[in-house]
Amino acid sequence: MSENAPMRPPIESGCPDGFQYMHPVMVKNFGAWAYHEDPEPGVLLHVAKSGDKIWTVRCGTARILDLFTLRKLCDIADEHADGFIRFTIRSNVEYMVGKEEQVQPLIKAIKDAGFIVGGTRNSVAMISHTQGWLHCDIPGTDASGVVKSMMDELIGEFKEWNMPNRVHITTSCCQINCGGQGDIAINIQHTKPPRINHDLVANVCERPSVVARCPVAAIRPALVNGKPSLEVDEKKCICCGACFPPCPPMQINDAEHSKLAVWIGGNHSNARSKPSFQKLVAAGIPNNPPRWPEATSIVKRILSVYKEDAKDWERINDWVDRIGWPRFFELTKLPFTKFHVDTWRGSRKSLNASTHIRF
Amino acid sequence: MVKKYETPMLDVLEEGQWPSFISNIRRLANEHPSEFINDMTHSLLGQLEHSYETRKGYWKGGTVSIFGYGGGIIPRFSEVGDAFPASREFHTLRVQPSPGNYYTSGMLRQLADSWEKFGSGLITFHGQTGNIMFIGTNTENVQHFFDEINDYGWDLGGAGPCVRTGMSCVGAARCEQSCANEHKIHRLLVNNFMDDMHRPALPYKFKFKVSGCPNDCQNAIERADMAIIGTWRDDMVVDQTEIKAYIEKKGRKYIIDNVVNRCPSQALSLNDDDTLDVDNRNCVRCMHCLNVMPKALSPGEDKGITMLIGGKRTLKIGDMMGTVVIPFMKLETDEDYERLVEIAEEAIDFFAENALEHERTGEMIERIGLVNYMDGIGLEIDPNMISNPRESSYVRMDTWDEEATKWVEAQAEKAAS
Repeated sequence: MSENAPMRPPIESGCPDGFQYMHPVMVKNFGAWAYHEDPEPGVLLHVAKSGDKIWTVRCGTARILDLFTLRKLCDIADEHADGFIRFTIRSNVEYMVGKEEQVQPLIKAIKDAGFIVGGTRNSVAMISHTQGWLHCDIPGTDASGVVKSMMDELIGEFKEWNMPNRVHITTSCCQINCGGQGDIAINIQHTKPPRINHDLVANVCERPSVVARCPVAAIRPALVNGKPSLEVDEKKCICCGACFPPCPPMQINDAEHSKLAVWIGGNHSNARSKPSFQKLVAAGIPNNPPRWPEATSIVKRILSVYKEDAKDWERINDWVDRIGWPRFFELTKLPFTKFHVDTWRGSRKSLNASTHIRF
Repeated sequence: MVKKYETPMLDVLEEGQWPSFISNIRRLANEHPSEFINDMTHSLLGQLEHSYETRKGYWKGGTVSIFGYGGGIIPRFSEVGDAFPASREFHTLRVQPSPGNYYTSGMLRQLADSWEKFGSGLITFHGQTGNIMFIGTNTENVQHFFDEINDYGWDLGGAGPCVRTGMSCVGAARCEQSCANEHKIHRLLVNNFMDDMHRPALPYKFKFKVSGCPNDCQNAIERADMAIIGTWRDDMVVDQTEIKAYIEKKGRKYIIDNVVNRCPSQALSLNDDDTLDVDNRNCVRCMHCLNVMPKALSPGEDKGITMLIGGKRTLKIGDMMGTVVIPFMKLETDEDYERLVEIAEEAIDFFAENALEHERTGEMIERIGLVNYMDGIGLEIDPNMISNPRESSYVRMDTWDEEATKWVEAQAEKAAS
């Protein structure tokens, strides 16, 4: 482009109108649905007050799509699903059709193309995940690889309705936890303070912002080898990695000491109990690519105990609320350590101030 | 000549039944006619293998934007670009989808065609931010790709300290539980703040998320600075014939154990004739019984929304759920929707003026107290905003009489209207 060519100003159109992309049965019955049924795993049937019906077939994908896969998904939509597609927030694909006779051919086409039908009702849903080594600037692990490895082992639970209630699993590649809350969350947990490249700090980092970013005030400005830099009080440091994004020379990721931790009981829904945050159950798990077998085995252990012991409709948090944490650790045979006892602000609220004890 | 790399660790991820992201990337590397795409994706696989071997990430941020905007691009420069030169620049464009993530195949093909011209060919629907992620292209092509898709109706989302891309559940388009027009709420709120989205100048991010009912499939309460949740305030609709049909099918014990006993406020009672009583005054709209028996139980007719503010994740002072700032608000008339936007404007103005750098709304409220925050955005306090009243006596209360009078007068006014 020559220097004098005018740049094209953006059209600030914002969030587009979705009605133009909606199945006509959905447009017609917007806000006027009566009920839904679950004819089989991966399939939803919604019935409108008008009597109109729409069937949805949900399928899992690799989330990181390529042009070939995206066009294959479009081909399926064109041939079997009236040309409409939507994505769930867990990156599943949903096809919607207005006639019952379209459902089985659609399912067949999806399966033939290698996608996995399921993820509805009381199944293990697709693991929601973050960018990881593929694209993030601060990742301790590769979410895509962890998710692929786990879904290979949990695929049967995605395709069936074997769980007491739905199970949402999430992963996150750092402690910021972009993956969010999950019934089970597999997240990076750093265990050593950042290693600082003092030659770079002054040029790369806005030092007061980095000092301000630390949740425990463990960072202070310092002169190191005659250069302005930052130092970390390693006794105070909680190894959270919050300083790393604003100051890349404070490397927190470590091939050996960045571990995985498993948290359970995060639940966004208001159903039964109020929304809840996930709680630590296991840590010190090796960050072990390309298959992360140790993390998967802990997740599977928790799922098998939950499946066995929980009652219908209990999400993992409801189940543990009923049986209590001592029983959870007993049943899962996971070690209970001093690190499970919260030390953060407001932590006394998490202690048992009663004689409510199960024997 | 396209440069290829050995990737023994990634190859392992092509095994197994779940669709493989590595196979997806490799298809572009090996089968796509464009050499630009082959080069870039081979190089990406090389760098990713290097990450797997060393257990480290090698991307760094930077400054890349399109003309006229300050945000919306996630710049990525490789720290190991000499070894993997074709993906030395590997930026992502965040593009806003429609509320509820609806697409037609025609429109997806159009986006695919544009991305094929200018990018790596990798796309994610959607990132955790709710954006379509067009993953991987160089600085020059960022502008070209944006120009092309912007011409046919797509705009960048938020990145950085700004109003972020909104997210909504599937909503009234396909769900009987929806109590709100998520589409309208989402677009009115987000599209009102395009300047605050495209030119990041807030203390930190601000997210809107909309769920049509308290099941909160959009995860709004935990993940949004402002969560809008559909609800209702009259009686839920009970179809006693369907209740009986359900009991016939599942048995009385199942209903007692899984519906009646699971009600968090003990608002349900099964009668001897297998009809269900609902104590609607004590129903907290948790949705559980409606979820179990969607054919028999439905939300009431007097629908509206609850607004919660301040949800966020760990950084910096710990996890926070959004908390109630408006227990119930009708959204029917144009004035209702205007009022909603007005409250959002107040919330963002107050955030812009009062939050510290890198402080989210929830953290600001923790620092200044909910009462000051409510005062700041012009909303009245209400007992629905608390789980319990204060437990500590350490507070100065010499204006108690004034405050009590205010409450009594407001109640009298409400009763009169």
